[in-house]
Amino acid sequence: MANVLTVDDSVSLRKLVATTLSTAGHQVSEASNGAEGLEVLKTRTFNLIISDINMPIMDGLTFIKHVRVLAAYKFTPILVLTTEMDPAKKKQAKDSGATGWLVKPFDPEQLLNTIRKVLG
Amino acid sequence: MTNRLADIQQQLMGTFFEEAVEALTQIESGLLSLEKCQDDPSRIQELINDVFRAAHSIKGGAATFGLSHIAELAHSAETLLDRLRSGSMKPNAQVTALLLAAVDTLRALVNWSSAGDGSAAPSIEPLCSDLDAAAQQLGAAARDASAAGKQSAEAKRAQYRIRFVPKPEMLMTGNDAVRLLRELTLLGDTKLTVDSSRLPSMHALEPTKCYLGWEIELDGSVTRPQIDEVFAWVDDDAEIKVEEVAPVTQALSAADRLHEPAARAAEGASDRESGSIRVSVSKLDMLMNMVGELVITQSILGELEGDGPVDVKRLASLRDGLALLARNTRALQESVMSLRSMPIGTVLSRFPRLVHDLGNQLGKEVELKLSGQTTEVDKTVLEKLGDPLTHLVRNSLDHGIEKPEVRRARGKPDAGVLAIRAFHRGGDIVVELEDDGGGLDLAKILARARERGLVGPDEMLSDEAIRDLIFAPGFSTADVVSDVSGRGVGMDVVRRNIKAIGGQIQMSSVLGQGTRTTLRLPLTLAIIDGQLIGVGSFTYVVPLLSILESVEIQRARVSHFEGKLPLYRLRDELVPIVSLASVLGVGSARATTDSGLLVVVETEGERMGLLVDELLAQQQVVVKSLETNYEHVEGLAGATILGDGSIGLILDVQGIARLARGARSSFGRAA
Repeated sequence: MANVLTVDDSVSLRKLVATTLSTAGHQVSEASNGAEGLEVLKTRTFNLIISDINMPIMDGLTFIKHVRVLAAYKFTPILVLTTEMDPAKKKQAKDSGATGWLVKPFDPEQLLNTIRKVLG
Repeated sequence: MTNRLADIQQQLMGTFFEEAVEALTQIESGLLSLEKCQDDPSRIQELINDVFRAAHSIKGGAATFGLSHIAELAHSAETLLDRLRSGSMKPNAQVTALLLAAVDTLRALVNWSSAGDGSAAPSIEPLCSDLDAAAQQLGAAARDASAAGKQSAEAKRAQYRIRFVPKPEMLMTGNDAVRLLRELTLLGDTKLTVDSSRLPSMHALEPTKCYLGWEIELDGSVTRPQIDEVFAWVDDDAEIKVEEVAPVTQALSAADRLHEPAARAAEGASDRESGSIRVSVSKLDMLMNMVGELVITQSILGELEGDGPVDVKRLASLRDGLALLARNTRALQESVMSLRSMPIGTVLSRFPRLVHDLGNQLGKEVELKLSGQTTEVDKTVLEKLGDPLTHLVRNSLDHGIEKPEVRRARGKPDAGVLAIRAFHRGGDIVVELEDDGGGLDLAKILARARERGLVGPDEMLSDEAIRDLIFAPGFSTADVVSDVSGRGVGMDVVRRNIKAIGGQIQMSSVLGQGTRTTLRLPLTLAIIDGQLIGVGSFTYVVPLLSILESVEIQRARVSHFEGKLPLYRLRDELVPIVSLASVLGVGSARATTDSGLLVVVETEGERMGLLVDELLAQQQVVVKSLETNYEHVEGLAGATILGDGSIGLILDVQGIARLARGARSSFGRAA
């Protein structure tokens, strides 16, 4: 099972992701914004990162840019969790280094399906 | 699995509601600040960003938790905020009002959803239309149907030929071609052909790049959107061509199912009123730490158990152990109390909006200054503080702060200032409301009181006593200073509410300059510091907070008056002596005004000396309500269990004062 980092300023959504993933047997770490996420990345190696975009202190896109330059995370899947995905936003996310996106609303089962795909 | 996942969602819904309420408060205060800093574009941008983010997270959360009403309205608000954010629209009073209305409705929706009592949902339609219209005014795109866009697509048996050639850099976004191909194979029967024509020679090959391409023949009950979804994340990073070869009709509803859960209604959101409280982890850590200490103490004391001789050494360690236990218990108690505490800001946060709305309504300019929002107050106290404070704030705007033209005439700035300060003082929480308005017109108050028969025509009253009249039942301040309020709730109710939570209220005022109202509240209602006193064969508890000092009576300082309470000269002040024995109907007291102890207490700015037999220990007592377990008894605030297991009644000093005034004629006999 995988080590997953979920970054979201909303406790309820973060917990929803975290609880869903840990129910499925994954190890989940949490961070409430990008800056915190970067700190958590130092503590262990993650196989997958799920990040919100709109966050205080450090937003998701900036966070992903910072993650992608880390040697250990060049190819790690990073999913952004977002409410809508218009082409402009999509481009922005991809340019920042995001692998793909999870569109809110999502339900726990959808989340697990997507993650199963990414982790193979 | 599915059930368990649904449970997870249910459990976290409460968290979402709490979060949504916080976010709404944030939006509200952001919008209100927006009006005040029109000249500071960067601050405006910052505020709009914050407000936008809060609205956005409400929307995302609501949609995820299946609360479509909330999601939809939040979406409309967000769209409008987005126009503000992108600068295509300037914030103005109309837009702010609209957004504030959205906040109100969202709040109502959150309450409605969390109550889940089957009542009709607050309507969002007109508001959504207004918000959308406002957003559209600037030629912006209308509300898109993203919130719960249902896609209905038919899956039919089909054959596709797909060409997939990733750009060399595709791997750098974490997308793996193998993963995508594997997903395709899950959709139906596949035949893959690799195109390795771009593969460079070995020494030119860079391992971080992708050089291969694929031709895939896919055969199955597959829709085009399903294929597109596989490649959705990489359509910019690869050349993708999908051709349908031979369609065969066959209906399938897989795609429908995908979107169904999102549209789930808020039906399962019942019993949300959990009375829960948010606690910071550090507080829990502290608590755990205390419990650890307690365990250590227990083991120290445990070592003393056994049949060995009782010698000095054992006694000494017993004493140490008990001292440690006392310290631990105290610390543990404080720690638990802090768990029940919440910042007073949660109550104060409603006032910017109230002041804003009421100010507009009354045509007054008022600047609200809040301080000490982080001051922590016991949750039970906090819950009962909201209404009295709201009333005081309304009063201040209604009767205190004058209209701009009046203020100008009085040489004050147009905008009045209402400051609300919260802080700890001693064992109390103090909340001060101070305005720079007209102050209390004592002459007018006195005149009205005479009119009402509350004060005799010839009775002379001190300024303080006149101010106190405001608190008299049926003495509506609305009658005195203005006719705007008319809410029918007087200051007597405010005082009663404050008293009910063990607090005190005081008012001071300078005519023409302003009024200051001071509330003193206990940290908690559950435990008080008490002074144990003996009267006759009974032990009573006097709340330590109301005790100023205790003195031994000197006979020469006592003066008696016919039909009045005897007075004691305490330094330069005369203090009425109240015999607890007579007030409480305890016959066998030894203390008299000739000998005995006087416990000097203060209540509502009034002092009196309680005549008692003896002063016993000071200790913390756990207050048990008499009302809950028996019935209200005038003069008693509650009861407690004392160290020896007997019951000690806790005196209500204000009640005692009332009883003493009522019984003053009989006092001479009893004492």
